Amino acid sequence: MSRLEKILGSGLVFPLLLLIAWDLSIRHGLLDTRIWASPEAVVATAREQFRDGSLLTALGASLRRDVLGLLGGGFVGLVLGAGLGTIRLLDDLLSPLLNGLKHIALFTWIPLMSIWLGNDEPAKIAFIGLAVFLPVMLNTYQGVRSVDARYLEVARILKLTRLQTLRRVILPSAAPSIATGLRLALIYAWLATIGAEYLFAVAPGIGSAIMEGREQFRMELVLLGMGVIGGVGFLFNTIANRMQAYVLRWQDTN
Amino acid sequence: MTELGTLDIRHINKRFQVAGDAFAAIDDLSLTVEPGEFLSLLGPSGCGKSTLLRLISGLDSDYGGEILLGSKRISGTSLARGLIFQEHRLFPWLTVEENIALALENSQLSVEEKRASIAGHISLVGLNGFEKAFPRQLSGGMAQRAAIARGLVNRPALLLLDEPFGALDALTRAHMQEELQHIWQAEGITMVLVTHDVDEALYLGDRVVVMAPRPGRIRKTVDVDLPRPRDRTDVAFSRLKAEVLLSLGETG
Repeated sequence: MSRLEKILGSGLVFPLLLLIAWDLSIRHGLLDTRIWASPEAVVATAREQFRDGSLLTALGASLRRDVLGLLGGGFVGLVLGAGLGTIRLLDDLLSPLLNGLKHIALFTWIPLMSIWLGNDEPAKIAFIGLAVFLPVMLNTYQGVRSVDARYLEVARILKLTRLQTLRRVILPSAAPSIATGLRLALIYAWLATIGAEYLFAVAPGIGSAIMEGREQFRMELVLLGMGVIGGVGFLFNTIANRMQAYVLRWQDTN
Repeated sequence: MTELGTLDIRHINKRFQVAGDAFAAIDDLSLTVEPGEFLSLLGPSGCGKSTLLRLISGLDSDYGGEILLGSKRISGTSLARGLIFQEHRLFPWLTVEENIALALENSQLSVEEKRASIAGHISLVGLNGFEKAFPRQLSGGMAQRAAIARGLVNRPALLLLDEPFGALDALTRAHMQEELQHIWQAEGITMVLVTHDVDEALYLGDRVVVMAPRPGRIRKTVDVDLPRPRDRTDVAFSRLKAEVLLSLGETG
């Protein structure tokens, strides 16, 4: 590969060109600054928001919701997925209902949730938990169900108890599938966090900051918020990649 | 080690349902294996030899007749009866050491004794230096050795081997047969080996039981009264081989 191709292929070139085009367009009056903030204004806002602490407060509040929803929904999804995958009766009893539920779009739960749980933190966290629950449960179930029968025979030969078989054979064998569910959950949780901030009562949060920017016609605040949301998503993904590579290091990567 | 006992297989019948029809995998088979004996079960595919091994292991308990070990009827699997499969069946998410340790999960040994036993069995099968390797990092022969260590670590009275070297190349196979013989001589375990390799059956077995298919039954039992280690090019070995091959070729 030539040097030029290497530089072009690095993935940084196109975004940089866009940034330059954006800046030049503002400078030459090609974009209306009332609906298009300049890159400098976004950077200045970022600095100001960082200094007075409002950016970190908003980010902290959003991350707290995200993590609580992930933990709650992830735990329920994992336990239920493993339960349905290993206990036949439970599978027959609950799977048809749960498979039906997954067709109800996530955001249609919002009216019910606000009636049951109010418009504040509990409702938001429950909403995020719901977004996380389904992919975790479905992928755990899938993974647990598709454990190789030959491994279960080895477990019987080694006289492992049911619990030992679950912990030492079934769950590790399902780990790649569970990881897929958790990766999806990470994306859904962040999506649901921002959605919850838009749709439930206003409280500190990075999604709320964007809404505020829109109401005050501060485009630089809107763009800053979007940038931070994207950055956090990217960071989550990177951490998830690392963790997955470590946990699944036994897999053949060829 | 668990006290050895005679393995007594009495009038075994095993049927499978194939496309609605009952198919006799094993028909009225009786066989006795003495403590410390090395028995080879030889036959073409479909003669029920692997099925018989699964019945002895306790993985499958749906059969007619009875199987006794030390005059006690076997029920379910037991740590006193180890089973080695044709594929190594190591758990890919555990290292060699962890795979062997899992066999000791329910053992009464102390942590220290377990560690010593695991290390000892890794040496026994010549896998020193590969304790922390994952199965995917091992060659076929090495993985099968780790599986043998896992089968031995509980010190079973009876070790069942289901074509354990079938997937290995000829050179590795010959080497593994020698090692298995060493282990058998050192540990005094009763071994039952299922194979379709005549050389392997004669090289290792005190007796070779030749089975016939449809329905699975014993055609002939050949005593191998040759000193160990055996020489595959020896005249007496060749004579026995001819005898076994002849009985394998018979029909009806």
